[in-house]
Amino acid sequence: MFERLSDGFSSALKKLSGRGSISESNVREAMEDVRTALLEADVEYATVNEFCETIVERALGQDVTKSIKPGQEMIGIVHQALIDLMQQGAEDHPGVPKITPAPTIVMMCGLQGTGKTTTCGKLAAYLKKRGRSVMIVAADLQRPAAVDQLKTVAEQVNADMPGGSQVHFYGEPDKCAEYGKAVGIAVKVCQNALKAAREKGVDTLIIDTAGRLHINNELMKELSSIKKTIRPHQTLLVVDAMTGQDAVNSARTFHQQLAVDGVILSKFDSDTRGGAALTVKKVTGAPILFVGTGEKLDAMEEFHAERVAGRILGMGDVVSLVEKAQDEVSEEEAERMAEKMAKGELTLEDFLSQMKSLRRMGPMKQLMGMIPGVGSALKDVDIDDKQLDRIEGMVKSMTAEERKDVKVMNQSRRRRVARGAGVNVNEVSKLTKQFDMMSKMTRQMSGMGIKGKLGAMRDMQGAAGGGMGAMGGTQGMPGMATRRSTKTASPKRKFKKRK
Amino acid sequence: MALLRGAISKVRKGLARTREALTGGVGGLRNFLAGRSIDDDLLRELEARLIQADVGVKTASRLVTDLRGEWKAGRVDTGDQATDRLKSQLADLWPARDRSITFAQSGPTVILVAGVNGAGKTTSIAKLASLLTNQGKSVILAACDTYRAGAVRQLEIWSERIGVQIVKGAQGGDPAAVAFDACEAALARNADILIIDTAGRLHTQDPLMRQLTKIRDITTRKIDGAPHEVILVLDATTGQNAVNQALKFTEAIDVTGLFLTKLDGTSKGGVVVAVHDQTSIPVKFIGVGETPEDVEPFDPAVFVEALLGSEDDQPAA
Repeated sequence: MFERLSDGFSSALKKLSGRGSISESNVREAMEDVRTALLEADVEYATVNEFCETIVERALGQDVTKSIKPGQEMIGIVHQALIDLMQQGAEDHPGVPKITPAPTIVMMCGLQGTGKTTTCGKLAAYLKKRGRSVMIVAADLQRPAAVDQLKTVAEQVNADMPGGSQVHFYGEPDKCAEYGKAVGIAVKVCQNALKAAREKGVDTLIIDTAGRLHINNELMKELSSIKKTIRPHQTLLVVDAMTGQDAVNSARTFHQQLAVDGVILSKFDSDTRGGAALTVKKVTGAPILFVGTGEKLDAMEEFHAERVAGRILGMGDVVSLVEKAQDEVSEEEAERMAEKMAKGELTLEDFLSQMKSLRRMGPMKQLMGMIPGVGSALKDVDIDDKQLDRIEGMVKSMTAEERKDVKVMNQSRRRRVARGAGVNVNEVSKLTKQFDMMSKMTRQMSGMGIKGKLGAMRDMQGAAGGGMGAMGGTQGMPGMATRRSTKTASPKRKFKKRK
Repeated sequence: MALLRGAISKVRKGLARTREALTGGVGGLRNFLAGRSIDDDLLRELEARLIQADVGVKTASRLVTDLRGEWKAGRVDTGDQATDRLKSQLADLWPARDRSITFAQSGPTVILVAGVNGAGKTTSIAKLASLLTNQGKSVILAACDTYRAGAVRQLEIWSERIGVQIVKGAQGGDPAAVAFDACEAALARNADILIIDTAGRLHTQDPLMRQLTKIRDITTRKIDGAPHEVILVLDATTGQNAVNQALKFTEAIDVTGLFLTKLDGTSKGGVVVAVHDQTSIPVKFIGVGETPEDVEPFDPAVFVEALLGSEDDQPAA
């Protein structure tokens, strides 16, 4: 989501990084672009000005103008300033504390439509994975069917999400009718839930509250009274990552009324430029704990200012990539695969399962963007996830025998598979040829030293040439067709070249 | 006239916050500008306020650049003149076009409603249904949000409250199938209006956007000329990302109008200026509260008037 923001930064910093020496006015000029980039990214107006002032001050203080590589140094300063802005001191991720005596009480709040209910489910899944038993209570009695929604979410977490502990749900749907007619109904529900949580002995109680406008005094009072009565150990504000300048107002009011302990940014997987992330921390002083990255209940990640700052500047995020990989593939599995590869025993079946776990990690482009240096290079490259779909379709249309050994694929079999997968026969031929070549290479490579390996890689790339088609790509990785939207020579240009 | 006044004051109530943001306090932009003569400081301040109202850097700077040009040319030099100029500039963003609902010549009118998660689709549909029912039309709702837990139930509760029929599928079912059934039902029951609720989806999720196209195509196949309206629900608290949303949803389902929600908060709603500046989709409705009655047709004159404030709004509001 930070792509657009990093573009703005990149162009501003490029202006500086190319120069041997820069003057104060160069710095200020580049900051003007940074300022526009931040404003377009919905970072709050005053925050932007303050941020830019900080940068200029630090840059001039460190005397970047006399440095040998002023551009590099400026990037360093901006990187650090971004981290400071989003994090300010809290290096370790505080997570959700574990209080004794149990239960730890977590209260969620936020505007309507920010994703509180879904986030409750995600938080429960996060805790369940870490062996903590959870109870979620539906204190949103206002929105129609909100109680039903939370109940379903809790059941889904309990049934489908990894982890051994239980996720309970507490709700009093019949109280919805009374709601609005009498005061303190939501508070009462929370009190009952707390009692139930103690009886069940769960260690965390998550309270889902109704969405409300921060200028709605009555509803804000309700939140305050829940907070006063139940005394949650952690009050989390859910903020939509797509929020505009108004993020300041709502975050500030919620914080004033409830003393927010942490922030969860939802819808972080959209293409918003992410200004809210930069603003909210500054306004509330509370750390951003998690970011929501998808519709699934396990799509929530810990927020790390350092990594996000790196991503903004196009520096990549290897740590997140490795974490994602570890989430998907167990170590034994990886070892088993490596062994198979070494023996040249890798089958299409294995390939398919590897591809599947790779895809569970997220869209290709998002993954590639985490590799340092790749992010900005990928900007104009359109990685086609659909290509992977087609390969999956082809492999699934094969018999067990064919999957084990692609060599048996004669023309008739290829035609059958092509029909089954709804692709062209050529594509099937390409896949089998490439897979055959790949297994040969891996067999050869496993017996070589590093030098031989590099040689073999070169050969492979050479042999692949244009014919690698579906597998070609920039990385020579199977199934990654890449298309350079701007750099592919048009037929016209090709024609010119020939002349 | 009284009717118009009522409408204006209701929108103003919702936009009071916007006005305050634009002016930094009570009294309207006009008061901020009144009696002052234009200088660079004032123009810079003006640009800042427009940006803070989510109007967008590009649009704000264009508006102010225009004003600066007028000032340098000697055509504008007082704050009052600047207000008038700004007002006409903003109003010009919305060309006079039909902002009412396009109805089918004959048979049911199909209104497809889409938007990102949490924009307020279901509530907005309740508002539309109530508005159209009050106009004497028979309305059927199609609960095609089979993804989010409780979404079908939520729409069902609204349908009971407003007193309209609803066609629903099972949680986790195929939304396109529900749309299909709903079209058949609308034809069979001779309904005037079929409003289709869809699951919230981020405009960046390609497979989900394709699913939306599929739902749209199904209605086209079943009912002549459908969907007659494709409404994108936009949250007014959204920042510049609203522009991307408008573009991407239009790509998938040819949006014909916007429903701008949550204008009753402190959100500046100025994002419609940015959206209008970069797409040609008209805003058709605005949502200014949580009950089904809290809906207004979008009127640029009223909107801009309320946005900028004017002399007669203090006693009236």
